[in-house]
Amino acid sequence: MLKLLVQRLALGVATLLAVSVLIFWVTELLPGDLASNILGQSATPENIAAIRAELGLDRPAVERYTEWLGDAVQGDLGKSLANKRPVIDVIGPRLVNTLFLAIYAAVIAVPLSVLLGILAAIYRNSVFDKGVNIASLAAISMPEFFIGYFLILFMSVQLKWFPAIATIKPEQGFFQHLYVTFLPMLTLILVVIAHMMRMTRTSVLSVMSSPYVEMAVLKGIPKGRIVVHHALPNALAPIINVIAINLAYLIVGVVVVEAVFTFNGLGRLMVDAVAKRDIPVVQACGLIFAIVFIGLNLIADVLSILSNPRLRHPR
Amino acid sequence: MAESATKTQLLDVRNLRIEAVAESGARVTLVDDVSFTLNPGEVLGLIGESGAGKSTIGLSTLVYARSGCQITGGQIVFRGHELRELGIEARQSLRGAKVAYIAQSAAAAFNPAHTLYDQVCEVALQHGVMNASQARVEAVRLFRELDLPNPETFGNRYPHQVSGGQLQRAMAAMAMIAKPDLLVFDEPTTALDVTTQVEVLASFKKLIRDHGTAALYITHDLAVVAQVADRIMVLRHGKMVEEGAATQILQQPRMDYTRMLVAERVAAQASTFVAPHGSSAQPILATRDVVASYRSGPRVIDNVSIELMRGDTLAVVGESGSGKSTLARVIVGLLPRQEGDVLFNGESLPPRLESRSKEQHRRIQMIYQMPDVALNPRQTLLDIIGRPIAFYFNKSRREVRARVEELMRQIDLPLDYISRRPGELSGGQKQRVCIARALAAEPDVIICDEVTSALDPLVADEILRLLRRIQDQTGVGYLFITHDLGTVRRIANKVAVMYKGQMVAYGATQQVFNPPYHPYTELLLSSVPEIRSDWLDEVLRKRRKVVR
Repeated sequence: MLKLLVQRLALGVATLLAVSVLIFWVTELLPGDLASNILGQSATPENIAAIRAELGLDRPAVERYTEWLGDAVQGDLGKSLANKRPVIDVIGPRLVNTLFLAIYAAVIAVPLSVLLGILAAIYRNSVFDKGVNIASLAAISMPEFFIGYFLILFMSVQLKWFPAIATIKPEQGFFQHLYVTFLPMLTLILVVIAHMMRMTRTSVLSVMSSPYVEMAVLKGIPKGRIVVHHALPNALAPIINVIAINLAYLIVGVVVVEAVFTFNGLGRLMVDAVAKRDIPVVQACGLIFAIVFIGLNLIADVLSILSNPRLRHPR
Repeated sequence: MAESATKTQLLDVRNLRIEAVAESGARVTLVDDVSFTLNPGEVLGLIGESGAGKSTIGLSTLVYARSGCQITGGQIVFRGHELRELGIEARQSLRGAKVAYIAQSAAAAFNPAHTLYDQVCEVALQHGVMNASQARVEAVRLFRELDLPNPETFGNRYPHQVSGGQLQRAMAAMAMIAKPDLLVFDEPTTALDVTTQVEVLASFKKLIRDHGTAALYITHDLAVVAQVADRIMVLRHGKMVEEGAATQILQQPRMDYTRMLVAERVAAQASTFVAPHGSSAQPILATRDVVASYRSGPRVIDNVSIELMRGDTLAVVGESGSGKSTLARVIVGLLPRQEGDVLFNGESLPPRLESRSKEQHRRIQMIYQMPDVALNPRQTLLDIIGRPIAFYFNKSRREVRARVEELMRQIDLPLDYISRRPGELSGGQKQRVCIARALAAEPDVIICDEVTSALDPLVADEILRLLRRIQDQTGVGYLFITHDLGTVRRIANKVAVMYKGQMVAYGATQQVFNPPYHPYTELLLSSVPEIRSDWLDEVLRKRRKVVR
């Protein structure tokens, strides 16, 4: 089993390397010359050449890539071109915000969706099952911005329960943060819950038709215990994988929700940086997103392997 | 008088009717008007071929019907209570506690995620019969009683960590732990090797006898049921054929169908050996000291040398894991050999399938155990059987069709089946199609890998006869891989006995199956159940003597 785990880890690192190449290469492809962009109107050929030399853009791409990657591994992501501050300082607070919102949503969404999925499997084809399915399908079918604006209209403009703008400031306390970000959190939950809930339901139900579940029925075990004790442990692998993908989405894919609620997260920072041609920030954001995505999937892989008793307890 | 009779009866099933309801609403009767009674401590054997409704009846005593099935008529009275009237909770407290079930495949019936203790004790805990520590003590006692190794620690293992025979016995422990009044054994030894079957059967018999538990013993094997049952009921197509004391059914069956079943079973044991043909000196197929393994694992077959003469049948017998199917894979090239040689008509065949010529492929064909899986469900018989004709001989469509019709006559299938698909055929008919497909290539050798194992005895018998007839007509040689010694007796001139990858005995069937035996051949032969009811006790007595 150790061999399997090491293999997965090596594969993860290799994927990350490949993605870093991709990130570097794609930012090179961004339209417009960086130097002329910085200089704007005052660009003369001499000025441009000077800036290019200063930024090291005249050197070959391979050389710049290895230097960038070497620095990044040591924690140095370079300096922002827009305001000359270290990229770490620009990204740091934004990353904290993004993680805060993602964890806030995940802590509620993951247990809730697994629970709903299990209940839907137990009461298969009941009114409850159908209701949950329809509601979650409806939530997933609507675009995020629509859900976001709808919640703003309803819960903040009309009922005035929650603020429409989710800008969190350091001087606010933890609970104030929770309150301010309630609406974006709710939007995210509505978006991710359907996937996880439906996968839980499906994989539990597929295990429910196996002979050992029939055996459990013939042993006189009640339905609820059969689902939780006999079916769920064997249905974990696909559930874990869907949870991982949704967790990754909560960190990587929430730029639209951030924009709707003017939340200062990593997604909006990256979009702004692209607009400003602030290449080091774009690259750093891309790298962080890649690490999150690959890391979470790696954890999911490892957990799925661990959930298999044949691998956990070899003969 | 009738009153007192009902009181002593444990189970009284009357006019039971179970139907399958298809999605279209069509109803198929699975069990039709079946009645029987069971007294405390009595064992009733349910005998029949697949589709006879045996398992469905067994499950109905736990008021359980598989999805799509419904108990639609009759009464199931257990200890004076009509079970069909019980609510969900009452059913749950009946199942496992009063009536317990032992399934055919323990490997599938045990949950892979929990230890054996967990699953065995769960029954007792669920029904509040004992507390956790009492259940553990009882589990260990049952493990010991069932001759399981290291009974104290056996339960700490996971299902995949113990052997098939041990798992089957662990399931008996799971069934017994809440001390039920009735055990339902559903083909509990069918999936086991013969030598394991003897041990497991002995454990079950001891268990039933010592605890005085009543049992329904479901099986398709008359010889197995003869060892355990007091009475036997024969079923066919969901209807009762006859019922009576075990000795009466086995020795003086009244109905024709029962007579056929008994005759088939006796033939498997007593048929005369097929003499080897005195044919040419050049073997059509031979292996010389062949060694093969999967990846870098241990040798799965080790120094195996066999020779198959033209028009002969060589049986390769052995238990699961003996390497007999691997030998077939090596011969056809699916698994390249590592050492040794495979000769076809005196010429060495390349080890790898890819390096063999079309002609080399054509001359060795295969038939598999599961005709369901070996046939493409979307193709018609014309496509299936016609494919090798078009592929190997480059025939026109009209010629292909003519040849397919000829082959269908040879395998006794009506010609209007030519446009049918496999789904519309029975198991035996599908296997006939597989035979026709192999014959279509006009091979010199057909490798038959457990071709009758998935079939009911009477159907299997017909297939064996068909294979022999084809051999007489075409002179094809069979390499016949099987675990069933009765089949070997009936079809093979020569036999190779495999044990853990090595060939322990080889020669004319008559010679290998008669004294002096190789010890393993003797063990194998003596493990095949015989239809005498004292067979099991006799075997065990003999073996105990040997051990001492």
